[in-house]
Amino acid sequence: MELKREPLTDPSEFRARQLQSRDLLRGDLEGEALERYVEKSIMTTTLEKAVSWSQGNSIYPMTFGLACCAIEMMSIVGARVDIARFGWEAFRASPRQADLLILSGRVSVKMAPVIRRIYDQMLEPRWAISMGACCSSMGVFNNYALVPSDKFMPIDVHVPGCPPRPEALMHGILRLRDKIQGHSPDGWRERYDAVGTEEVLDGSGASRDDAAINLYPGGDTAGA
Amino acid sequence: MPDATGLELTAHELRDGNEESILGTEFQRRRAVLLAAPAHVPLVLRVLHGKGYTFLASLHGVDYFPEEPRLGVLYELLDMQAVDRISVKTRVSTADPHVPTATEIHPGAEFPEREVYDMFGVVFDGHPDLRRILMPEDFEGYPQRRDYPVGGEPVLFTYNEERSYGKWQ
Amino acid sequence: MALETSDYRQREESITYSTESAGQGETHELLTLNIGPHHPATHGVLRLIATLEGEVVRDIKPIIGYVHTGIEKTAEDKAYWKVIPVIERMDYVSYYFNAMAFCGAVEDLLGIEVPERAQYLRVIHLELNRIVSHLIWLGTSALDLGAISMFWYCFREREKVLDLMEMSSGQRMHTRYFQVGGVFEDIPRGFARKLSGFLADMPTRADQYANLLEKNQIVLERLRGTCPLDEASLLALGVTGPLLRAAGNPWDLRKAAPYSSYDKFQFRIPVGTVGDNYDRYRVRHAEIYESVKIIEQALEGLPEGPFITPDRKVALPPRHELATSMEALIHHFKLVTEGFRVPPGESYYPIEGPRGELGCFVRADGSGKPARVHMRDPSFTNLQALAPMVRDSYIADLIATLAMLDPILGGIDR
Repeated sequence: MELKREPLTDPSEFRARQLQSRDLLRGDLEGEALERYVEKSIMTTTLEKAVSWSQGNSIYPMTFGLACCAIEMMSIVGARVDIARFGWEAFRASPRQADLLILSGRVSVKMAPVIRRIYDQMLEPRWAISMGACCSSMGVFNNYALVPSDKFMPIDVHVPGCPPRPEALMHGILRLRDKIQGHSPDGWRERYDAVGTEEVLDGSGASRDDAAINLYPGGDTAGA
Repeated sequence: MPDATGLELTAHELRDGNEESILGTEFQRRRAVLLAAPAHVPLVLRVLHGKGYTFLASLHGVDYFPEEPRLGVLYELLDMQAVDRISVKTRVSTADPHVPTATEIHPGAEFPEREVYDMFGVVFDGHPDLRRILMPEDFEGYPQRRDYPVGGEPVLFTYNEERSYGKWQ
Repeated sequence: MALETSDYRQREESITYSTESAGQGETHELLTLNIGPHHPATHGVLRLIATLEGEVVRDIKPIIGYVHTGIEKTAEDKAYWKVIPVIERMDYVSYYFNAMAFCGAVEDLLGIEVPERAQYLRVIHLELNRIVSHLIWLGTSALDLGAISMFWYCFREREKVLDLMEMSSGQRMHTRYFQVGGVFEDIPRGFARKLSGFLADMPTRADQYANLLEKNQIVLERLRGTCPLDEASLLALGVTGPLLRAAGNPWDLRKAAPYSSYDKFQFRIPVGTVGDNYDRYRVRHAEIYESVKIIEQALEGLPEGPFITPDRKVALPPRHELATSMEALIHHFKLVTEGFRVPPGESYYPIEGPRGELGCFVRADGSGKPARVHMRDPSFTNLQALAPMVRDSYIADLIATLAMLDPILGGIDR
């Protein structure tokens, strides 16, 4: 959805518009004048687009920090990379009230069930950003204690870095916003044809179990 | 840190108290170590406590694989008045990894001893609450022993995620 | 021998010790409350099992290990100089200190001297890091007490320090600036000027924080006289750093056993009197001024000379030598491919971190990789003091005390 703004060149036009709006509210505007007014000031779109537009501009991330990246995640709330410019600054401590989980740090085998539970407690629609190398790929510590986050929950955006700069996280957040608003066709939801976090299966009659085993009978989807 | 002579004197003093308590000494550039018999660790710590080494700075577990006895527990003691450090080392085998606890002399040894138990499997007899501290309670094995593999998993990328055994379903 | 899983559950339940009434309390019923591991006021993924009687904490048991990363194990698998970036990620707020402790231990084993300029550069960065650490502590602690605006101010200054760190090393956090034998690179042109600008600025900023917090009745009520612990119990529990100094013991390794030229600088050690939360706050806040003083002196007296040891077996030769000297090329190749070897031995190198004694134990077996690396992290030991501090006080004070304890979970779990 795109908004087009036109500058008001003539100051007197502003007054004219004000009077016109007042007339409309009073119910005085009729006939052709009403037609013209509506044409000028109402924008049509689909409900879906309008909803996704507003969703993308009012995400409530969760107050959730794991390790080093959490400090950099806090600094995007700070003055320099102010996340409030995008309407994402209302951090919520309860997973019930949040729609974005930023996994910021390394996920240990002890923490993984907790994170999965927190993610399950979040309501749809929900998104997840994996911030930093540790929870995307275990980074420098590929050892007995850690698990990558992809193995126990779906991730929408991976932000690389160790830790990523706040600007990098901001870029990831804006990519996620594009995704929410439907501009960006990449990611696991499209690949798996999934809506929400429930997998929706194409092909009639296929049970959930069949599809889980063989989602793409055609073979490798490398580079798809 | 006491010098080499001071370390020997301390060792002699401890041996006078109990013949079997001190097995030997190690002296390096910045480090004086008393090798204590596992069963007599509390005695040694108590005597050193009386000599001014009242602060237990650190407690580590070490795996000396392939040497025997394999496991070692190190107590780094500090005398805050004289600004002096001394270490006590004790060695136990993996077959019988029992060391009496130091929590009665140094209450701050509680967490470090639990960590050594968690990572190396050294059992501290008499510890008030000896269970795993860092790993999940149902974890098997002692991960920081030298014969425990480092572990790790193949990393998932888009190109290999369909083939990887750990694919999220 | 090993404890059974069912036994663990039993022990978890056994934490309800006291059934005495809470003095003026009406209720005698004990409630076990789980706080965390995901809780905004626990400074990370700390889990606390609190036994409450009404609003009074009767017992508390910290459960840790939720960010256990196995860094010590990973370090055994890497060459000495590749351990430095891994070890920096332990206590992720005081990364220079971790690197310093490890490098110090390895230098001790190798028996090499660090050039004086490198020592001064190390001091500058260590103290900058101490300021950052205290700023993060102040911002997040104030957040826990309900004062959100402190957070913005502290993070504003933090960004300035991080700019300086980025200037000298190219990274904001986990800079890997310290090398075995010195530092990675000399400070760039313009660094000194920018640093002096910051140093001139910082004390007034710290004054502003004090004005915001110390004239606030809510903050004072929540900090003053809450959860004190005396010096003797702190020492028995192995607590060091600002917590110990708040209780009146002026133990600071920078003064007591100076390392890295700390004996050349004039600074004072802030000491508290009763050891309550207010003293803990005041000690850390005053340390910011002292750190600024140390950096000023180090910058002023920065000696000329090499920034890393000339020992080619340990440090990389300078770039220009590679084109002219065959020997330098061989050393470079050897260092980059397999690193250096360290003679067998053990070393424990303690330094004064922002939270207390940060010691690194390294055991070398003569190969190119350490046989054991263990970090004595102050947060880990200090956490034991939480239970005696908060016993028999209100649960709101528990949050304030935890904030003033300043635990960094990455350091606790390693």
